[in-house]
Amino acid sequence: MSGDDPRGPAIEIEGLEKSFGGEPVLRGVDLVVRRGEILVILGASGSGKSTLLRCLVGLEQPDAGRICLSGIDLFGDDPDRVAALRERMGVAFQGGALFGSLTVAENVDLPLTEFTRLPESTRRIVVDIKLALVGLSEARDLLPSELSGGMVKRAALARAMALDPELLFCDEPSAGLDPITSAGIDQLLLRLREVFGVTLVVVTHELESAFSIADRIALLHRGRVRATGTPEALRASDDPVVRHFLDRRPEGEAMEGHLLDGLRERRNHA
Amino acid sequence: MPGTANPPSSRFGAGFAARIGRGTLVLLGDAGRMAILSARVLRQVLIAPLRRRPIRWRATLAQVARAGTESLPLVALIMLLVGMILGLQSANQLDRFGVVDLVAGLVSVSVARELAPLLTAIIVAGRVGSSIAAELGTMQVDQEIDALTVMGIDPVHFLVAPRIVGLVIALPCLTVFGDAVGILGGFLVGIGVLQLGATSYLMNSLTALHLDDVWGGIAKAVAFAAIIGVVGCERGLATRGGAEQVGRSTTAAVVRSIVLVIAADLFVTGLLYAGGGA
Repeated sequence: MSGDDPRGPAIEIEGLEKSFGGEPVLRGVDLVVRRGEILVILGASGSGKSTLLRCLVGLEQPDAGRICLSGIDLFGDDPDRVAALRERMGVAFQGGALFGSLTVAENVDLPLTEFTRLPESTRRIVVDIKLALVGLSEARDLLPSELSGGMVKRAALARAMALDPELLFCDEPSAGLDPITSAGIDQLLLRLREVFGVTLVVVTHELESAFSIADRIALLHRGRVRATGTPEALRASDDPVVRHFLDRRPEGEAMEGHLLDGLRERRNHA
Repeated sequence: MPGTANPPSSRFGAGFAARIGRGTLVLLGDAGRMAILSARVLRQVLIAPLRRRPIRWRATLAQVARAGTESLPLVALIMLLVGMILGLQSANQLDRFGVVDLVAGLVSVSVARELAPLLTAIIVAGRVGSSIAAELGTMQVDQEIDALTVMGIDPVHFLVAPRIVGLVIALPCLTVFGDAVGILGGFLVGIGVLQLGATSYLMNSLTALHLDDVWGGIAKAVAFAAIIGVVGCERGLATRGGAEQVGRSTTAAVVRSIVLVIAADLFVTGLLYAGGGA
């Protein structure tokens, strides 16, 4: 065990396997996330990226393999160390997962109340800073139901950043948003890394977003990491699976592709 | 179905048996989860405070207030009506033996021992148990429960224990209130319809009703509250999928808690009153 080495990788994943009801979803994922980088896990629906994220944040116990966050084995280490680790990571869920009965400010305040002994006045300042950071100062006393889709994502990021984590996980940060709002969230993620030096793991299927924020991209395909590399390296890849995904074409063996080709040929002949 | 070798009856039989088998397995699984959840709640309530993790009293009191305000008017209405009905029905029978004045004792003892605890529990299952299941189910579907877990906040400590403890405090109080209103219903029929004297009715009630009867009802209410709380929370947390599943969980929570409350009522009644002793 490498312990809590500040220069070691932020996340190490080795041979991660997980199946549901006999159906393998992750078939041996190996991945390293470096400190301070933005790693985008890219994949189509069903590629296992959501399951991978749920394992990474400890919501799902893998069947085999190992996950080390800052050198601490998420499923093998002393429970107290793992619990302490939770205060050093933040998660922004796809739908925000804000607590519906609490205002935006109270949502951001919750981790502070639970895990710090800060007096209320200090907590209030911290909450205001986080809300200003994500551009939600005006919305501090609104309920989650009164927020737009983009504001929900911003509030979720503010809550995830409440305890100044070293690791920030984002599940589909731009899903369900219009292109402009989505670009705004991308800018925000870049700024969070710039200001806090946080290591970011972003799971998405949106190519545009992935290429605009990623230092490195890991393409997940059928439960394995098919390719890892910088956006440029991935663009230059000649792996057919990578090409299919980046060119937004259905997979080669997918029926629609053949059918469409067939139809086109017949039309051209006619 | 035509063209199949099996006669319809045996195919129906096999399918029926398979359905019973599958249903039983599902119920056993749910019972197991309820047992685990109960154990976790007990740990939060009994052991965690010793490790300087006291239960959340503010959240718990909010739940007590919610259970009270949601159910109090309905408990008042239904217990008043039931007290009156019981007065009228028993007067009808007791009149044949010329002992109409026994109505007072009959109403107060039946209300305190049986009707107030049972009916109040059923009302609370319908109003509070269902809203607990709906609330936790929505939180599960919206990943709010996941968000708590990821933050390192135990959902049992944060959400489940306050709800169950809140019910265990609120339901006995509602039951005692139901006792009073039910006895009042009988009293109104007694002096209004049966022409019994107000003072003698009250005296008869007090002579017949022992404090043990009220305590027995309270003991039942505690057990019923635990059942309603555990079932509501378990169904809520077991919600998977989308918003439409929340409705199913809510219905299942009400049906299950009512069945279990009535079964527990027989059990507790057997423990408390079997052998004809009083």
